[in-house]
Amino acid sequence: MAAISADNHGLRLWTRYAVLVLIAIIFVFPLVFMVMSSLKPDQQLLSDTASLRAFLPVGDISFHNYTAAFERAPVGLFVMNSVIVTGITVLFSLLICSAAAFAFVFLNWKGRDLVLTLILATLIVPFETYAIPLLLIASKLPWIGFDGLTWGWLNSYRVQIIPFIADGLTIFLFVQYFKDLPGELIEAARVEGASWYQVYAKIVMPLAGPVLATAAILKFLVMYNQYLWPLMVVQEEGYRPVMVGLQYFFQLNVAWGEVMAYLSLITLPVLAFYLYLQKAFIASIASTGVKG
Amino acid sequence: MKSLNTLAGAMLASTLFAGSALAQTELTMWYHGAGSESEMALVNAMLDEFNASQSDWKVVITTFPQIAYNDSVVAAALAGTLPDIIDIDGPILPNWAWAGYIQPLAIDETLIANYLPGPKGVWDDKLYGIGMWDAAVSLVTRQSYLDELGLRTPTLDEPWTGEEFQAALDAAKNSGKFEYALDLGMAWNGEWFPYAFSPFLQSFGGDMIDRSTYLTAEGVLNGEAGIAFGNWWQSLFTGGYAQATQDPADRDSGFANGKYAFSWNGNWAALGALAAFDDVVFLPAPDFGNGPTIGAASWQLSISSTSQHPEGANAFINFALNPDNLARFSKGLGLIPATAEAAALTENYQPGGPLEVFYELSNRQGLLRPVTPGYPVMAKVFEKALADIANGANVEETLDAAVDEIDADIEANGGYGFK
Repeated sequence: MAAISADNHGLRLWTRYAVLVLIAIIFVFPLVFMVMSSLKPDQQLLSDTASLRAFLPVGDISFHNYTAAFERAPVGLFVMNSVIVTGITVLFSLLICSAAAFAFVFLNWKGRDLVLTLILATLIVPFETYAIPLLLIASKLPWIGFDGLTWGWLNSYRVQIIPFIADGLTIFLFVQYFKDLPGELIEAARVEGASWYQVYAKIVMPLAGPVLATAAILKFLVMYNQYLWPLMVVQEEGYRPVMVGLQYFFQLNVAWGEVMAYLSLITLPVLAFYLYLQKAFIASIASTGVKG
Repeated sequence: MKSLNTLAGAMLASTLFAGSALAQTELTMWYHGAGSESEMALVNAMLDEFNASQSDWKVVITTFPQIAYNDSVVAAALAGTLPDIIDIDGPILPNWAWAGYIQPLAIDETLIANYLPGPKGVWDDKLYGIGMWDAAVSLVTRQSYLDELGLRTPTLDEPWTGEEFQAALDAAKNSGKFEYALDLGMAWNGEWFPYAFSPFLQSFGGDMIDRSTYLTAEGVLNGEAGIAFGNWWQSLFTGGYAQATQDPADRDSGFANGKYAFSWNGNWAALGALAAFDDVVFLPAPDFGNGPTIGAASWQLSISSTSQHPEGANAFINFALNPDNLARFSKGLGLIPATAEAAALTENYQPGGPLEVFYELSNRQGLLRPVTPGYPVMAKVFEKALADIANGANVEETLDAAVDEIDADIEANGGYGFK
């Protein structure tokens, strides 16, 4: 009886791993295809798509597409711009949105539910519907910098960052997570004389690791993949992000090998960021059921 | 003492030179060629020469990837941040002129007296844009194919009729030698569809819009001629003459690999074809009953309506139009020079050159796409309709729907100034 049970257990384990490996392959293969294709000349790349050779480093393999990609476009500049814009936006977003969610969950103030409802309602408004009004506003806003007072935010990092710091989804994630925190903790801290700022900084945020990771990853992906907005507000090459840079490779005859090399390069920061936060992200999904 | 004099002289000279450089007023220019190294090398060389040729103006360029270019310009127009000089795709020009993004040019008329018709960007009887080149498509094949299939070699004076073209396709298909008789370039999308295929419709007697009023497509896109064109277009795919969906690799090298008997392709691909075979011929568009036509107009230079220095921008455009510059771009990119004088300066397009036929094709068969601000919308509608028909959609219903969409857009925009 015990032997049968052990066999069943082994079989279940094998089946489970087989399914997991299959799923992993499905998700990993596009990345493998991208990297392998980036090492092949265009003709071979296209002809290999008809077989499993597309996923293998076979044939005429070299790093030529990578050097060609750097010659065609300032890849490093685009990656740096995207990392700057994305990094700053993520940092400020976590700070502002968590503070906003804290106010919605723990503070009592008039109109709180109505304001939260309005913020959540913005989730169903597509960006494209207000992109032009936002452009008109951004083109006329004042700014005080090293040059003194200037008007218009176009061609800058700030125009790519500030409009996206606060958003309904990130606030919603924090609100949901904060609601599940034990109320006794907050009450105890308040009874002990902690200010609301101390409660936020010393008690709530140290417990918010998983939701911070989730919000950071989701925000990172949104910001790193920005295309329409930078296309509208950034004309100078010096501020262009990676997704606009991708268009450099789509000439009449597309250099697919270079496209794949470029995509491989710009995927690296995303993978690194995800791997860094992966444990907390999975913990967050497990605890909140929220997934990207 | 001598060295002191030399030093003083050098300082004086450098001061004067610096003063001259400082006196140059900066002109901003946007160009669609980011990512195209060879094209930008030519543009930058021309800018350097202009900036060094005089002391009043200095053109500073910003480049954009072509796919993102039009959206960037429209956004900048909304925000009021257009540069002085912008380049513009010919068929879009009426829209941008109508929308007030660009202003009429003031250039030396003698420079464009002998110009090809396509590169002149005219809207409302005013010249808003001028191109340094034109582009043309032809039916690319090999003389040996024509001989083997027993086909007459068509000429500009005597192109194939629609029946002859069909017979040629049948002969190629029935020979069993080719995977497909015709490569239409279905791997390309966007502007390629109206540019390359609307001339067939026009040769059938239809059009994308009624050019006598520019207020409706009713009766021209979905009239008898339009439906005849649609049926013919669909038969190319249902009859197995061409692919509705094409691998980009086949577009690039299918003809050279012997997959197709004929390839409907542009002058920019002609050198590649010539390198593949020593008996390549570039045939004119067939005549389906209303004259053979091909698309005309390519990228042009224009001046934004908000430019504070139109005189400087005009000076630059005048400089750009000299024959040496036109020839430079032709030599570097294989484009058709806009004048015969410039063509004579190039190896490919000079009389007797291997691509001379394209200059004549552009001159004699070139037809501008509908000169209306409504073109960008109708181009997209036309593209979708042709793709749907190629994939088996009902011809009449698809063309009727396209007409409705085009007419609704014209109505929504108050007739684009034609009422």
